[in-house]
Amino acid sequence: MTVITDALCPFCGCLCDDITVVVEDNKIRDVKHACKLGASKIMGHHRIKAPMMRKDKNSTFTEVSYEEAINEAAWILLNSKRPLMYGWASTVCEAHKKGIFLAEELGAIIDNTATVCHGPSTLAVHEKGLPTSTLGQIKNRADVIVFWGSNPVHAHPRHMGRYSVFAKGLFSEKGRKGRKIVVVDVRKTDTANMADEFVPIEQGTDYLVVSAMRAILSGHADVVPDTVGGVPKEQLVKIVELLKTAKFVSIFFGMGLTQSKSRYKNIDNAISLTFELNSFTKCVITPMRGHYNVTGFGQVCSWETGFATAVDFARGVPYYNPGETAANDVLIRKETDAAMIIAGDAGAHFPADSVRHLARIPVIQIDPYWNPTTEVANVVIPAAICGVEAEGTAYRMDGVSLRMRKMIEPLYPTDTEILDRITERVKELKGE
Amino acid sequence: MELIIKNGSVFDPYNGIKGDKTDISIKDGKIVNKVSSKATVIDAGGRLVMPGGVDAHSHIAGAKVNVGRIMRPEDTRSGLKPRTKITRPYTGYTVPNVYAMGYRYAQMGYTTVFEAAQAIMKARHTHEELEEIPIIDKGALTLFGSNWPTMDFVREKNMDKLAAYVAWGLLASRGFGVKCVNPGGGEMWGFGKNVTSLDDVVPNFDVTPKEIIVSLMKANEMLGLPHSVHLHCNNLGKPGNYKTTLASMELANQVKASRDRQVLHVTHLTFNSWGGTNWGDFESKADEVANYLNNNENLTGDMGQLVFGSATTMTADGPVQYANAKLLHAKWGNGDVELEDASGVVPIYYARTISIHAIMWAIGLELALLTKDPYKMLLTTDHPNGGPFVNYPEVIALLMSNKKRQEEIKTLNEAVHKRTKIPGIERELDFNDIAIMTRAGTAKVLGLLDTKGHLGVGADADISIFDIKPGQIDPSVEHAKIKSAFSSAAYTIKDGEIVVKDGQITATPMGRTYWVNASVPEQHHREMMKDIVNKFKNYYSIQLSNYMVQDEYVTHPEVIKAGAIPVEVS
Repeated sequence: MTVITDALCPFCGCLCDDITVVVEDNKIRDVKHACKLGASKIMGHHRIKAPMMRKDKNSTFTEVSYEEAINEAAWILLNSKRPLMYGWASTVCEAHKKGIFLAEELGAIIDNTATVCHGPSTLAVHEKGLPTSTLGQIKNRADVIVFWGSNPVHAHPRHMGRYSVFAKGLFSEKGRKGRKIVVVDVRKTDTANMADEFVPIEQGTDYLVVSAMRAILSGHADVVPDTVGGVPKEQLVKIVELLKTAKFVSIFFGMGLTQSKSRYKNIDNAISLTFELNSFTKCVITPMRGHYNVTGFGQVCSWETGFATAVDFARGVPYYNPGETAANDVLIRKETDAAMIIAGDAGAHFPADSVRHLARIPVIQIDPYWNPTTEVANVVIPAAICGVEAEGTAYRMDGVSLRMRKMIEPLYPTDTEILDRITERVKELKGE
Repeated sequence: MELIIKNGSVFDPYNGIKGDKTDISIKDGKIVNKVSSKATVIDAGGRLVMPGGVDAHSHIAGAKVNVGRIMRPEDTRSGLKPRTKITRPYTGYTVPNVYAMGYRYAQMGYTTVFEAAQAIMKARHTHEELEEIPIIDKGALTLFGSNWPTMDFVREKNMDKLAAYVAWGLLASRGFGVKCVNPGGGEMWGFGKNVTSLDDVVPNFDVTPKEIIVSLMKANEMLGLPHSVHLHCNNLGKPGNYKTTLASMELANQVKASRDRQVLHVTHLTFNSWGGTNWGDFESKADEVANYLNNNENLTGDMGQLVFGSATTMTADGPVQYANAKLLHAKWGNGDVELEDASGVVPIYYARTISIHAIMWAIGLELALLTKDPYKMLLTTDHPNGGPFVNYPEVIALLMSNKKRQEEIKTLNEAVHKRTKIPGIERELDFNDIAIMTRAGTAKVLGLLDTKGHLGVGADADISIFDIKPGQIDPSVEHAKIKSAFSSAAYTIKDGEIVVKDGQITATPMGRTYWVNASVPEQHHREMMKDIVNKFKNYYSIQLSNYMVQDEYVTHPEVIKAGAIPVEVS
C-alpha cells in the first residue's frame, strides 16, 4: 500500500494540490481532502475499454488495435481539407504542445472548451486587460468577495475553503467573519444562501447592473433609475459603498456572466468596474475556470501561437478570428470536414447544429470516458487519465502552474503518446 | 566538429582585440587554439566578427509576457511568418511567440538572453516558455524585493537566514540572480498602495526599501553569486525620480563585491533618470546619473532605450502600471503573486510628437553617450518596455552616428532641445564600444565572462559575423548600412554550429538554461526553512512540496555553483 500526499486533483479550475490518495495493487483505494467531484474522478469510473472504429455512424463499434485506430485517425486528418482539433481542457500542457504541432502540420483549426465557457472573457481581456492576482493574495487580503454568475458551492466546492469565503491568511485571520460576501445571480443558489448580500437580478441584465454600479461609483447615482435589472437602486448604492470602502475586493465571475446576453461585453464592463474601483481600494477580478487545465491550453497556445484559442493554421501562420475560426463557427457553417475531439466533450456541450454537423463528418475521439461525443465518433482512442495515470503540467484558474502527479501506472497510452503516434503517422503518410 | 573563421575583422574587447585580422578556431562547441586541416572554413572576407550577443535584461518568457500576448492579439498579428521545414511560425512584434524570440535574437547575432523577472511561484511558467525558445542560451532573474520572507529576515537583521532564503529561492525558481523591483512597493500594492521613498516604512513588515536593497546586496555577496543585485528603483515612472535613483546607487557603497564585478546593477535607467516635478516640467537628468556612474566603480546600469512605435510595458512594479493604465486610458493587466510581488502589463505607443516620449528617447542615448566606460552602461531596450529587442540595430546606429541622431531630432517634439542635452552631444561610439555594451560588458555584469562575451580560448563558440567591413565603412555617415547589417547577421554561430547564414535560420538547436545553485551552511538552511514551512502552512495557497520547479522543466541545465562566504561590510 502506498500513500501519496499533496497530489493534485484533476477536476476543476481550483486545482487543489493537497490531496492524499491510498494506492494498492495499482488501484486507488481511498482519496482524502478532495471534494465529491474530485474524489469521484480520482477513484475512477466507467472507461472505454479499447480502441474502437466503425464504418458509419449508424453501425456499432468494433474493437481494434491502437495501431489501426491511429492509422485511421491519421488518414482522416490527412484527407480532410478543413480539420478541427477541439477539446484540450482535461489534459496536460505537454499534450497541448503536441496538439498545436500537429495542427501546424495539418493546417488545422485548434480550439478549446473555452469557446463554450470563458471564451468571451478572453475577448474582454483583448479590450480591457485583466487586473487579477493569485488566489493566495485573495485568501490573505480580501475583505469583500463578489461571486457574479458563479456558484462555487456546486461547481468549485473547495474554492471557498481554500481561497475565498472561509480562507484565513495574514490579513484575514478571522476568515468568514472578517469578510462580506456578495452574490449576484438570477436565482438564489446555494452560494447565494451564504451571502451577506444577495443581488437577484433579472436574466440578461448583467451589463445594465454593472453600468449602474459604475455610474454610482463615479458619483452619478442621480442618473440611475429606481430599479436596474430588478435590483433596487438603494441596494446597488449600498453595495458600491461596500466595495469602495473595502481594503481588498475580489470579484469572481462565472458562466452566468460570460454566456448570458451581452456575453463578452459583460466582462468588459466588469473589468472596467474593477479598474475604476482601484482608484478607491484594491480590486481584482478572476474568471472561475471550469476544467482543471482549461487555463493551461490558453497559456500554451498563447506562447506558441500568440493567440489564446481558436487558431486557424490553414494559411501556415496562426490566424485568429473568433466568430470565424472558433469550433462552433466552422461546425455551424458546415465548413469543417473532419474533427478530432480530445479531452473535451463537444457532443454534450455544443449547440445542436454543431453536433448535427459532427454527426455527418468523420470524428476521432481521444478520451478516457464514453460520453456523448462517442456517439458521433468514427474512431475512438482511449487514453490514460492525466493527473491520475499520467504526469504533466496544469494551470490553475489564476494562472499558477503546478505539476500533476502520477498516482497509478496507466493501462492506456497517454494523450501525449497518442498525439505523438498520430503525428508520426501523418508525417509518414505525407512522405516526410 | 571543427570550424575556423578566417579573415575576420575581429572585435573582442575582453581580449583587447580591436579589428585585428585574427583566425578563430572552434572545436566541439568551444573556442580553441587551433584546429586540424579538416576544419570547415568560413571566410569572413574582412567582415566584422564579434562574440555572440549577450542580453542581460529582456522580458522573453513567463507569466507577464503571456499576459501581454493574451491582451494583445493586435500585436501578435504583426510580424507573422509561416513555418518552414526547420522553423515554427513567427508571430508578434512587442510580444513575440516563443519561437520568434529565439529566431529573431539569433538573426541579430545574439546567443544568450536573460529574462529579467520571475516570481518564484510562477517560475515553472517561465521555464515552460524558456524550454521552447530555440537556439539561444537563457536564464531568469528571480524576484526577492517584496517577498515576505525577505522582509521578515531583513527586519530581524538575520543575514544568514536571508542568504539561505535567496539560495533556496534561486533553487526553487531555477533562477540565475537576485532581482529587486520597487522594493517594498510590491507588498504595498497588495492593498493598492506604494512606497514613495527609500525610507518609507512598509506597513506590517516594518522595513524600508533602503534596508531591503542593502540586505539583499549583502546576501548576494555572502553567496558570491555570479551576478549582483539587479535593481529596478523605487519611484520608477515619476518625474523627479533621478534623486531616488542616485540615492539607491549610493547604497552600493555599503557593500563590497565578492567578485570582479559591480555590487549593484541599476536597470533600464531611461525610466529612472527623470527630472522635473510633473509632466509639464519633465526633463532629462541622465547627465547626473551618468556622472555618478563615471565617478563610482561599484555600479553598472543599462539603457532601457525607448524606440518610437508600439511597445508593451511589463514589470513587477504593479503600482506604476496602474498609474500608466490610468494615464494612457489603456488596457491593464495586473498579476499580484501572493507573498511575493506584484506585476502589471500595459500597452503603449511612443510617439515622436509627444514631449515626454521624445525626452525619454534622448535620456537613453544620453546615458550611453555620457557614461565614459561602456562596461558600465549596457545596451537594452528593456524589451518590450522601451521597445522590442529587434530594434537594437537602430539603437546601435544611433550611438554610432551623430548625423543619424541629428536627423532624428529634427522629427521630434521640440522639448528634446530644451529639456535634454542630446542635441549637443557629439560623441560617436565605435565597434569596440558596441561590442562591450552588447557582449563583453553584459557578460561581465552577469558574471559569465568565463564562457560568454569573448572569443578567447575556452569560451563558448558563440560568434556573430556581420556584413560590414570595419575599415571601409564610416558608421557616422553610413548608419543605414550599420543598422541593416546588425539586423541580419551574415553568420550566427552557437556552440560551434552555424544557426544563421545570410540572415536566415539554418539550424535550431536547443540552448541551455543557466541557474545558480548556491550552498549555505546546513544550519542556516534549516532555520530559514522553519519560517518557510510556516508560510506555506498559513499563507500560501499551494503546498510547499508542489512549489519548486522540477527537473522536467529545465532539460538543458547549466548549473553555476556559488556559496556562502564571509562578507566584508564597510
